[in-house]
Amino acid sequence: MLSVTDLQKTYDTGDEALKGVSMDVTGNEMVAVIGPSGAGKSTFIRCINRLTEPTGGSVELDGVEVTGLSKKELRNARRDMGMIFQEFNLIERLTVMENVLSGRLGYVSTWKAFRRVFAGDDIERAYEVLDRVGLGGHENDRADELSGGQRQRVGIARAILQRPKILLVDEPTSSLDPETSREVMDLLTEIAAEDDIPVLINIHEVDLAEEYADRIVGLRDGQKVFEGTPADLDESARGQIYRGEEIPDLTTGAQQSAVVEETAGSTPTDEGETRRG
Amino acid sequence: MTDYETWERRTPRQRIVRYVLTLLLVVAAVASWRALNVRYNYLGSAPTEFMDLVNRMYPPAVGYSTEIVSPLIETVHIAVLGTALAVMLSVPVALLGATNTTPNKLGFAVGKFIISFTRSVNVIIWALVFVIIFGSGTLAGVLAVAVRSIGFCSKLIAEAIEEIDPGQVEAIKATGANSVETAIYAIAPQIKPAFIGVSTYRWDINVRASTIIGFVGAGGIGVELNTAINFFQWQRVLTILLAILGIVIFSEFVSAYLRRKVR
Amino acid sequence: MATKQEERREWSRPTAFYNHYVKWAVYAVIAVFLLWSAWNMRISYARVVEGWNSGAGLVTSMFPPELTPFKTDLLIEGMVESIAMSVVATIIGAVISIPVAFMAAENIAPRPVYWVGRGLITVSRAFHELIIAIIVVKAVGIGALAGVIALTYKTLGFFAKLLAEEIEDIDEGQMEAVEATGANGIQTMLFGVVPQVMPRIVGLSIYRWDINIRHSTIVGIVGAGGIGSTLINSFDKYDYDFFMTIVLAIVAVVIVGELVSTYVRGRIQ
Ligand SMILES: Nc1ncnc2c1ncn2[C@@H]1O[C@H](COP(=O)(O)OP(=O)(O)OP(=O)(O)O)[C@@H](O)[C@H]1O
Ligand SMILES: [Mg+2]
Repeated sequence: MLSVTDLQKTYDTGDEALKGVSMDVTGNEMVAVIGPSGAGKSTFIRCINRLTEPTGGSVELDGVEVTGLSKKELRNARRDMGMIFQEFNLIERLTVMENVLSGRLGYVSTWKAFRRVFAGDDIERAYEVLDRVGLGGHENDRADELSGGQRQRVGIARAILQRPKILLVDEPTSSLDPETSREVMDLLTEIAAEDDIPVLINIHEVDLAEEYADRIVGLRDGQKVFEGTPADLDESARGQIYRGEEIPDLTTGAQQSAVVEETAGSTPTDEGETRRG
Repeated sequence: MTDYETWERRTPRQRIVRYVLTLLLVVAAVASWRALNVRYNYLGSAPTEFMDLVNRMYPPAVGYSTEIVSPLIETVHIAVLGTALAVMLSVPVALLGATNTTPNKLGFAVGKFIISFTRSVNVIIWALVFVIIFGSGTLAGVLAVAVRSIGFCSKLIAEAIEEIDPGQVEAIKATGANSVETAIYAIAPQIKPAFIGVSTYRWDINVRASTIIGFVGAGGIGVELNTAINFFQWQRVLTILLAILGIVIFSEFVSAYLRRKVR
Repeated sequence: MATKQEERREWSRPTAFYNHYVKWAVYAVIAVFLLWSAWNMRISYARVVEGWNSGAGLVTSMFPPELTPFKTDLLIEGMVESIAMSVVATIIGAVISIPVAFMAAENIAPRPVYWVGRGLITVSRAFHELIIAIIVVKAVGIGALAGVIALTYKTLGFFAKLLAEEIEDIDEGQMEAVEATGANGIQTMLFGVVPQVMPRIVGLSIYRWDINIRHSTIVGIVGAGGIGSTLINSFDKYDYDFFMTIVLAIVAVVIVGELVSTYVRGRIQ
């Protein structure tokens, strides 16, 4: 289980990207983090495996305090956290198989990595995982020959080859078309269930979050402003997350939510505009 | 002053600047020409001298061509070894001289200094230096070619390193890989095309360089050429020149082929 | 478990070569070639040590640079001659490359003329400046004139190739339109093409001047004038202190030339 307490990050530029965020992720639930651009979603997820070094608070994975680990220990901890990126971040000039196998780098010796030697078991598993993400037969393709959806599947395969205890996913669908986005989300849901691991996912599209997540967390200006089930995410909660509105009191509630409904009616694109604006 | 004035493309100020620059150019040209103290009778007889030379060169000495095979091979050897050495040495220099991999300011300065110093000294001067140090022979030639190439190779490799996609590096780090593994998996593949391209391109340049370092005794076909010229064996000279032409075209072809092969 | 082991799939990285055997064969050939090359040089341990010592001696004797008034004069004289050579060669080279470019443009030059033009360019580009210089020296004698001719010829190869490509790329339709006004071929080119490429020529001339400065410092090694002659003289007289002083001076001039050229090119654009 992942347990984040009072996580803070102030960049060297002085940007306070996280102002103390806490949350737990357990079991095999999918937790979606939503929020406008610049809310600190990416910073949050990157602070968990310390690709970005947090400036305060703690991250604990299965009882291991990640924030206090030495370099070597951190590498071991990272093996337990599979990460999936918006821009896929595949090694473009290597084959699909090598990209998938790179998920095992935390386990092989440097000398073997240098000679690009992987255990037979790893190779066999890589084939299985490729079948599972629907890329059987593509193992010899170069990553830069694939479509966006296929690349993201390779990214997912790389992460699950780590046999992680959690998947950290940063906007997996922002570079994909709506249909491919759904396929990727379906795949992530399937993995969470089958491998029995939790998925923490940053996502722009609120409708996708509502459809797939078990729980939704709303970030705004580096602070958690919402947490609840998709059903809890009503118009006032959206207003709070995306427009910084105070929780409306009951007297004006009906009126206000009507206004909000109008603007938030045509969800995904509209959310996008709100974010950018 | 007519109405045509309105047709002028430039503002008066720009025109003045242009006139001044043109004037400066003319002055520089005249001053330079006078500084050279050219004897005009030499200049006048130059065309006839050239024709004379060409006549004496033709036809090339066919029988001689077998004798130059081994110096030609030596020339290619010098280019290959020099390039290989340069490429190996330029990896650490490039890592120092690239903003995203340099360890600190001092390292960066050292990297930049090596890059610009080695590039600013011509290969023939490096050859002289190494002939002083090691005596004449191929070794001096190889070192001259290698050192001269370090700056060029490091500069281009450093540029390639600066352009890598940091996302790929992060993704590999996120799997728990250590920094060496990250370099092998995330950095090496990204700079490989540049690396191969730079090596083969430089090898091509170095073949040309290797043809002349023999003038100062650093091995290769240049030794033969120098001898033939000094003994006025013009038909041999033409043979050697044709051989050089052949080898240069050959290396250009090979280098283009290799660069196409590695994407 | 045992059956599972048996059906385990293998994987090896596909190779750019025909197959893995070919790949290893190519690598082996390269390795053998390098070893052969290295063996040809007959490097011995003693030689390396000896070299190291004399190298260290050379570097220490480099400081302080040797500059008696007499030698300073030699140095300055040689350097001025080199720079003068580079200026003259750049200008003449750029100017006479224009007719040669027209000769070498496939779309306008008659066949025989085209081949002459291409031949001039190819020979200029294929041969190192020192080879050209040494031959020119034999033709016109030792001195700066030989250097100027050699550098001019290299410059010509550089410019004529670029210009010829430019001319080959121009729009035929435009050319016909100008021709329709009654202009002849050469006029069409002069008024239709040259003005278009003029800004590029100016930028490239400055770039080429930078290269010519570098070359002008070495052609003297084969007798074609400039600081190179001073350098080779000190080398022949075993005057290695002065030799190193000259090398440092050349480095300084080359770096300044590069800075000036980069700055000026930045300004024109
Ligand atoms: N490397 C950095 N250096 C300085 N400031 C940064 C850096 N990365 C992010 N920030 C700042 O931190 C804040 C949060 O950024 P973050 O990328 O986490 O937001 P996000 O919610 O992921 O936004 P998006 O939806 O656009 O991806 C922003 O104000 C951003 O400008
Ligand atoms: Mg983000």
